[in-house]
Amino acid sequence: MELLVASAIGVLTAGGIYLVLRLRTFPVILGMSLLTYAVNVFLFGSGRLTIGAPPILTDDVTNYTDPLPQALVLTAIVISFGMTAVVVMIGLGAFLGSDDDHVDDQPEAAKAEEEQ
Amino acid sequence: MTHWIAAPIILPALLAPFIVLAARYHIGIQRVFSVAGILSLIAIAAGLAWQVSDGSVQYYRMGDWAAPFGIVLVADRLSTMMVLLTSVLALFVLLYAIGSNWDNRGRHFHALFQFQLMGILGAFLTGDLFNLFVFFEVLLIASYGLMIHAGGNARLRAGVQYVLFNLIGSTLFLFALGAIYAETGTLNMADLAARVQLITPEATVGIRVAAVLLLLVFAIKAALVPLHFWLPSSYAEAPAPVAALFAIMTKVGAYAIIRVYTMIFPPDLAVTSGLHDVWLLPAALISLAIGMLGVLAARRLDRLVAFSVIGSMGMVMIAISLFTPAGIAAALYYIIHSTLAGAVLFLISDLVRTGRGNVDLTAQPPMLGAALTAAMFFAGAIAMAGLPPLSGFLGKLLVLEAAYENPLMVWIWVIVLSSSLISILGFARAGSVTFWKAQSLTRDDNEDPATGDMPSALSYVAIGGLLALLAAHTVFAGQVHGYTTKMAAQLFAPDAYMSTVLETPGKLSKPKEDH
Repeated sequence: MELLVASAIGVLTAGGIYLVLRLRTFPVILGMSLLTYAVNVFLFGSGRLTIGAPPILTDDVTNYTDPLPQALVLTAIVISFGMTAVVVMIGLGAFLGSDDDHVDDQPEAAKAEEEQ
Repeated sequence: MTHWIAAPIILPALLAPFIVLAARYHIGIQRVFSVAGILSLIAIAAGLAWQVSDGSVQYYRMGDWAAPFGIVLVADRLSTMMVLLTSVLALFVLLYAIGSNWDNRGRHFHALFQFQLMGILGAFLTGDLFNLFVFFEVLLIASYGLMIHAGGNARLRAGVQYVLFNLIGSTLFLFALGAIYAETGTLNMADLAARVQLITPEATVGIRVAAVLLLLVFAIKAALVPLHFWLPSSYAEAPAPVAALFAIMTKVGAYAIIRVYTMIFPPDLAVTSGLHDVWLLPAALISLAIGMLGVLAARRLDRLVAFSVIGSMGMVMIAISLFTPAGIAAALYYIIHSTLAGAVLFLISDLVRTGRGNVDLTAQPPMLGAALTAAMFFAGAIAMAGLPPLSGFLGKLLVLEAAYENPLMVWIWVIVLSSSLISILGFARAGSVTFWKAQSLTRDDNEDPATGDMPSALSYVAIGGLLALLAAHTVFAGQVHGYTTKMAAQLFAPDAYMSTVLETPGKLSKPKEDH
């Protein structure tokens, strides 16, 4: 299970980084979502992986799973979901406004050419 | 335990939704509530700063849960000073936004402004790393809204870059937090500081990775070269009052570095030796050089100011990366100075934009209100370039003096002094092109004369207030530096902080009594 979770995090991160380095808004946003999935699984794994154990600390339970990472993941999911929505809206606004979805700044020469 | 520590977070958190829900269509009511809110924030911040000025550490447990499990807010000399600085800056920025009518050019300026303050103040006050992440996100999501306030294509495009860069920063932050939690099992700063000490030299891989990731995140916030690329276009395209408020946001990164790398990973800690204590100083030196070269090379006044902010952050980071009490004291003195000077310059670039319709550094006919704007630009440029008599000069002297013992002392002195010269040239060029050459040109009668407006009196009052603060920062330099020295001493002796947070009983420490 450790291998499965670790390689899932690795594949998601690698794909995310590749897409984030693209030039256009849409792949970059997809890459950001992949990275946030990777980090969510990573946070989940940071409390050690256990199966079938309750996440509650009571007197009669000796084998329990750490509940804190689950709370952290919940917060991280909510925040990254909201942030992705914001960046989609701003990216859409920028694309509709200037009819161009490049993430980088255009060089001065290209900009001047466009204006003519 | 005093409840007042939560007030700087609760007050804007309640005020912002009130403004959205109750005063949505009434800009007058929004302005009144916003200004009143910030005035009371200043009063609260001053009260807190006075309470902890004797060196005590005040704390507040959210929901009364004991420290490593619940979230604590901690007020010591450093955090209360930053809270006070933020509230005072926010007052003048808000006055400028009202005076220049920026707040009425789009919707929800005041609500977003309050949320932004909530995030910044929370980041300064929190004693928990995950809570720091949450407040970073609060301040970021408000800043996304403020950054694209009043719209426009150039602004939206810069906004996309800004948001994406910061999203990557947030993801890195989460990776760092996960690694720290996996290694130590805690995210409370005081608890973490105690547990990192216990890590044996054989098992340092995870915590070293986490320390570097965390430093990267804070360096993105502080716009340290080579992680500064988001800053120039987003600060230049943002509305001027927003950019002026953002002058404190880079300092949030500097604050986080000071806090985490003096308490949790102190410079003499063997586990993380050879990381930030080696690499931060060269990066800071390059930041300073690149920032000041950018000042010389900029073609627009707002970009010039943005690069001067990068340069001044380089200066702050040089002082921090010495990791000595004298260095941190100098950094804290310079942080106050560079926040005020950066805000002044962003607001002045907006005066130029108001006066003549654009901020290109080309000779154009005289703008409206040129004399007063030019005088203010002169004062702001002197402050930012670090010439006597204003506080930039004193701050620079303090940094140079603190660097005297460092092995890289020659490099620090050479780069600081030569970059000062370059920035003086850059500001002199900008000022003479914008204000001086204009006198030799006369407005062509065929040209449309209505390119600019006279800036309002309140705009000048706001900038004048910030300049007066800079002057006060210079006049009372002895007292301020004395206080920042005490602050640095407190940072390098974190035992009081740790014992206050960890050893005071909370709800969980006596579980039997609850049943």
